[in-house]
Amino acid sequence: MASTVLDEHVDHITEDHAHEHNESFITKYIFSQDHKTIAKQFLITGIFWALIGGFMSLVFRMQLGFPDTQLEWLRPLLGKWLTTEGKLDPEFYLALVTMHGTIMVFFVLTAGLSGTFSNFLIPLQIGARDMASGFMNMLSYWFFFTSSVIMFFSLFIETGPASGGWVIYPPLSALPQAMSGSGLGMTLWLISMALFIVSTLLGGINYITTIINMRTRGMSFAKMPLTIWSFFLTAIIGLLSFPVLLAAALLLIFDRSFGTSFFLSDIYIAGEALPNIGGSPILFQHLFWFLGHPEVYIVLLPALGITSEVISTNSRKPIFGYKAMILSMVGITVLSFVVWAHHMFVSGMNPFLGSVFMLLTLIIAVPSAVKVFNYLTTLWKGNIIFTPAMLFSIGLVSFFISGGLTGLFVGNSAIDIQLHDTYFIVAHFHLVMGSAAFFGLMAGVYHWFPKMFGRMMDAKLGYLHFWVSFVGIYMVFFPMHYIGIAGFPRRYYSFTNFDAFSSFTDLNAFVTIAAIATFFAQFVFLFNFFYSMFRGKRAPANPWRSNTLEWTTPRVPKHGNWPGEIPTVYRWPYDYSKPGAKEDFIPQNVPLSETPESNLPAEAAKVAVEKVNEDK
Amino acid sequence: MIGLAIGAGVFLILGAFLLLYRLHTLVAVMKRPEETAGAGMNKTNAFILLLFLISGMALLFWYSITYFDDYQLPIASEHGVTTDRLFWITMAITGFVFIVTQILLFYFSFKYQHNDKRKALFFPENNKLEIIWTILPAIVLTTLVIYGLIVWNKVMAPAPEEAEVVEIMGYQFAWRVRYPGKDGKLGSYDFRKIDVTNEFGLDFSDKAAYDDFMPRELHLPKGKPVEFRIRARDVLHSVFAPHFRLKMDAVPGMPTRFWFVPTKTTEEMREETGNSDFNYEIACTEVCGKGHFSMRLLVIVHEAEEYEKWKAEQQPWLSKHPEYMAQVPDNLKELAMIKSQAQDISIN
Repeated sequence: MASTVLDEHVDHITEDHAHEHNESFITKYIFSQDHKTIAKQFLITGIFWALIGGFMSLVFRMQLGFPDTQLEWLRPLLGKWLTTEGKLDPEFYLALVTMHGTIMVFFVLTAGLSGTFSNFLIPLQIGARDMASGFMNMLSYWFFFTSSVIMFFSLFIETGPASGGWVIYPPLSALPQAMSGSGLGMTLWLISMALFIVSTLLGGINYITTIINMRTRGMSFAKMPLTIWSFFLTAIIGLLSFPVLLAAALLLIFDRSFGTSFFLSDIYIAGEALPNIGGSPILFQHLFWFLGHPEVYIVLLPALGITSEVISTNSRKPIFGYKAMILSMVGITVLSFVVWAHHMFVSGMNPFLGSVFMLLTLIIAVPSAVKVFNYLTTLWKGNIIFTPAMLFSIGLVSFFISGGLTGLFVGNSAIDIQLHDTYFIVAHFHLVMGSAAFFGLMAGVYHWFPKMFGRMMDAKLGYLHFWVSFVGIYMVFFPMHYIGIAGFPRRYYSFTNFDAFSSFTDLNAFVTIAAIATFFAQFVFLFNFFYSMFRGKRAPANPWRSNTLEWTTPRVPKHGNWPGEIPTVYRWPYDYSKPGAKEDFIPQNVPLSETPESNLPAEAAKVAVEKVNEDK
Repeated sequence: MIGLAIGAGVFLILGAFLLLYRLHTLVAVMKRPEETAGAGMNKTNAFILLLFLISGMALLFWYSITYFDDYQLPIASEHGVTTDRLFWITMAITGFVFIVTQILLFYFSFKYQHNDKRKALFFPENNKLEIIWTILPAIVLTTLVIYGLIVWNKVMAPAPEEAEVVEIMGYQFAWRVRYPGKDGKLGSYDFRKIDVTNEFGLDFSDKAAYDDFMPRELHLPKGKPVEFRIRARDVLHSVFAPHFRLKMDAVPGMPTRFWFVPTKTTEEMREETGNSDFNYEIACTEVCGKGHFSMRLLVIVHEAEEYEKWKAEQQPWLSKHPEYMAQVPDNLKELAMIKSQAQDISIN
């Protein structure tokens, strides 16, 4: 067996070394190299950004739902971005849409989700004392922090933040004369994103290295929890695709500041013809979506990994089709790199390319479908406990189905002609990627909060949070399908200029109300989160009766995670409700030799091998 | 002052909630240790999940059926019929999958809610099932792909030769249209020749440019293939004509095209929709700045004969702007005079 070689791997940090060193406040909470602290830093920063990004969406939803409302009360915050009539400035509307997208995709769902849970769970679930490089890990957070500060700062400059859409297509983003947000705001956006990419790469290299090299004895790849598999593949996607965005950003910086023409050609703007010749705006789109599409999976895969773990634990059933789950994630990973141009069917790119990318895009639906069926089968004949994390996971699967199926419309180039850049797309990606990933994040927080802070979150507040969010999100995004089928274009400040888009004012108002309710439900979570951190009920070591290694640590693991030796792994992480077993779960560190009553025939044969390994 | 009062009020209310919450948790701790699954609310949650499924589905069907005409735009082009058919076939397939999987998700959650007396089924894998639900979606998707490819290739095929050519140019923040005039050829252009009057940057060393004309609205003939030559002057724009099911980006430096056959005149659409003010419109669907939401171009579809008549009435741009004669090379001046005046002569 290949894993026997890996089994010999021994952790390098000895136990006495790992803890009991005096740390100052700064090294413990600020410039910490402990993966758990870094994870919490990512989480709190992510929550901060989520509030800002969410609030922005409310402001522009007000404009869309109630275009006649006075927003004068926002004047202290928005200043000159309100017109004299107390309405939102159309250019600032675009800035809000742009920053909402950037913040939610990168700062919340990439850093907040991957950053938090990859950092927190990788060492704990594979049985390592910390990340391969604690220092790089710390750098990763502080690059992200610097990037955040710059992005935050750009919100307040006089010309406004970047406002050409989160995809920052040139020439709009390259020419300050095209819109004011393309001035300093765009420069700061590019600098901030460059730092963000550095942060992602430092983190990603660390995750991959840690998973490959630092698994505890017995933790072969075939025994890894699906969370780890998802973080592993996510890190690989990020490592391969983020540099391309960096390249695109650099070329854009050249075009903006040094007079090159990578993306610019034949432009007459603000009364003058620019000297640029020969560039192609389409080239930028290719480079952008080469990251932009895999980014969807960078956001989604960790959420799916977390869901797999939570659903299995709370159904008290092994995840159905463990290998199929891994294979489908690998499939998604590979395919995610060859579907990017489905964002560009009507960009003017050669229609033949459109055919190729449509074919590849629809193929990616197969592994996604397999995952859904496997989740459903895991629930089937389970013994389901509805913890808040479990509800959020079920919600995720529901969003994943709803948003995934509409992918078959927009992934089909012939249908996409009509639906491209309409509200149908907005509905599609907010469900499948935005809301699903957000629910994954929430499931993760509710599930691992006890391990993060040693206390329980209040379940009933969790249920309230879940139900308002779940119903609210559907009420926000489901109606957008109808608005999109009717052809309403996205990123429109107002629809009154067109006869064709003059209807649906009532539905738009409804969506806005639902969005407000959903946003305010998040304060229930915030209260629960911070209150429970200090005053919550003390958590038992293994509150969900789960199998993975993190629950074998003390209530609040110190730096080094396990006070004694790192546990050895003997079985896969999903031995729930095994026939013959006394309890309905058998943790990964319980040897097969101790559970003769529940061993399957194949496992019984392995008991002897286990003994030999022990002796070594 | 009022602000302060409201602030204090909100603060007090929040404080009261906090106190109540604390009291509630302390009482709960005193009462009993929480041993039951799902904080004692497992049944409630299972029930709400089922309720959500039923009411959600009811709402979905009610709205989709009642408001069908509101979100379903009438189709006014030949290819629109085929792309819409593909849309509704996909809707039927995905709708079916949607309903079945959502029902299973919520029903399983309800049915298999925790019960102390029961043990979950240890069912880690079944290759047969996995193969079935890998192959089934694969077959369905193959069908959709093949159908999609056929439609896409037909829509994107080169325009027929007899197609009416119209140029649409986007700029911040409007559209301009240009017709080739009598010679049927669009004159060449150069972005360096653009000025306030010569918005298209017409190049007057090209003979074909002399009879080009630029009306305010876009006029199209019913039943004839029309090819849009699309370009942008400053940033990306996108031509979107919702009733024609047509969309194509306008890219500076890279002209694009889209051809189609309009099937209903504006008059016919007014009758069909029962809206006597109905007009076809073109909108911009690629964010292009401040006025992105206001790039409206009025489109009028005529019967073919009416269209020819309208075309014959149009004056070449050069005849309206004789000062640009100076840009015409000397050896072509006479030709330019004739071509640009030609229309006037025929009308008079």
